[in-house]
Amino acid sequence: MANGSLLDEQAPPLPREITTQPRFSDRVFRLVITAGGFTSLLVLGLIAAFLAYRGLEVFRTFGYHFITNYKWDGGNPDAGVKPSLGIGAMLIGTIVISLVALAIALPVSVGASLFLTYYVPNFLRKPLTILVDLMAAIPSVVYGLWGFFVLMPHAVYWAKLLHKYLGWIPVFDVPLPIFERSPFIAGLVLAVMIIPIITAISREVFTQVPLDRVQAAYALGATRWSMIRAVVLPFGSSGIAGGAMLGLGRAMGETVAVYLVLNLAYKANFHILFSSGGSIASMIVNKFGEASPFELKGLMAAGLVLFAITLLVNYLANLIVRRTARTGR
Amino acid sequence: MIRLFNENRYERDAVSTPPNEGEIVSSLASVANRLPRISNEVQASGADLEARGVHAWFGSRHVLADVNLSFPAGRVTALIGPSGCGKSTFLRTLNRMHEFVPSAAMAGEVLLDGVDIYKQGTDVTKIRLKIGMVFQKPNPFPSMTIGENVLSGLKLAQIKRSNKEDLMEECLTRAGLWNEVKDRLNSHGGSLSGGQQQRLCIARALAVAPEVLLMDEPCSSLDPGSTLRIEETIRQLSQSVIVVIVTHNMQQAARVSDYTGFFLTEGGPGRLIEYAPTREIFSRPKDERTEAYVTGRFG
Repeated sequence: MANGSLLDEQAPPLPREITTQPRFSDRVFRLVITAGGFTSLLVLGLIAAFLAYRGLEVFRTFGYHFITNYKWDGGNPDAGVKPSLGIGAMLIGTIVISLVALAIALPVSVGASLFLTYYVPNFLRKPLTILVDLMAAIPSVVYGLWGFFVLMPHAVYWAKLLHKYLGWIPVFDVPLPIFERSPFIAGLVLAVMIIPIITAISREVFTQVPLDRVQAAYALGATRWSMIRAVVLPFGSSGIAGGAMLGLGRAMGETVAVYLVLNLAYKANFHILFSSGGSIASMIVNKFGEASPFELKGLMAAGLVLFAITLLVNYLANLIVRRTARTGR
Repeated sequence: MIRLFNENRYERDAVSTPPNEGEIVSSLASVANRLPRISNEVQASGADLEARGVHAWFGSRHVLADVNLSFPAGRVTALIGPSGCGKSTFLRTLNRMHEFVPSAAMAGEVLLDGVDIYKQGTDVTKIRLKIGMVFQKPNPFPSMTIGENVLSGLKLAQIKRSNKEDLMEECLTRAGLWNEVKDRLNSHGGSLSGGQQQRLCIARALAVAPEVLLMDEPCSSLDPGSTLRIEETIRQLSQSVIVVIVTHNMQQAARVSDYTGFFLTEGGPGRLIEYAPTREIFSRPKDERTEAYVTGRFG
């Protein structure tokens, strides 16, 4: 360079601004998808704001007692009885039936997806996969009716068996021998409902297991089961966890089916075989028709709590998926 | 010694105009001649692998026809040939990895110590324990540590063994990796370089004490330095294990193998064209197609 010595003393140039002129079609497309993205955010925000606005008075009246109090009493203005609203029992009930559902659905779903990926004969794979996916298409009220009329009589028998042989474990104990409409049965119905979701997600993950690792395991003399344990499950754990959390979220929000098969009671009950349970979503449906204006606000507040919990579960799902994705692969 | 051959390859790569075939033949032959030989009389492991009339199909496509080859103990056999000639498929019929492709079929016999590994009632997992495999792409288990990777075969095949530490050290030493990883056996397999990962895979394959080690282009994704280390490893292994190696790199075949089989397809299924001591394949091949291939006229 001719005047290199001069250049050496100059400061480096400022970085250039790099731009591109998008085409018209590109700009339109960008507008459309941006609108789509923001719409979903907006809807989410508006729902939360609506629930918070309508429920604010209740939160202000009861404070944290709204969450911890088990009693839901609409009050009687004529008799001068003040309303006392609390969703503690329903909150506990929601968590109990969702965990029961998850405990039943998770092993079944993982087993089903392993079967569909590694064991099923080729000609059965497609039809069975479609069948499992179709389970998700059945309306929840149908699950509820089926649960009430078909499943419950059998489930009561299983519940009695569980109680007879495992009754010494506190959760399988019952204060009274009433086994109908218990959290166990509600959880069973919910399990059937969330199996397709968890199965579909696990299966999706299992099909992505790198073939070279599968082959490496087989080439070392692995049996199918030991290959699955060493390669498939570590690889798929994050996906399974994510699917389980999605299922949990769905189970927590499920309304009609639970309403039909669960005996709502405003008491905290951890005896899952006993006919007494709770579910925020079902309670809202239950109370909605006959609620006084103030009670209605309470129901909105309950909805907000449920909304917050499912959001939290989904967030946790994300966290788990990301953490296992980092270390597990 | 081996370094010398590697430089030899650089020389060849540096030639800008294609050398005439005579030069290449003589250079390959000299490589083969200068190699330290393990005499074939050394019957270290006593095992013996033989393929008889092996055919292979994918669906209706006949990809391999009538291969007869035997792999006596203490011998490294290289399988060479252009892409798609069926050499990898053949290798995978030797430990029954071939059948993982859903439409795959085979005919013929593969005898390990005189017993057909495809015989009815055979537990395939026991076959693969005796006939290990190293793949083209290094594939350590990423969820396991280096140490766990070495011992993974025991876990996978549900073999109980005491003094695992010793076994781990022994296998890593035999694979030429011990000194590089002995201080970080608890870090993940993915933290190693590609060449180290491949040697880890070799150590892993050795941990279940196979009689045969099949290697499917084990160096094709590695740099020259790692390739050298692995070739040294192969030479050492050949004293205790039957090694069969598929390679696209003819220099490598010349460097590591005692015998070489040349596969070729001419439209139809791949066939074994010629099988002879490596020296002969590269210096005076009997078949003109072999000569054309080893001199670089095609493939």
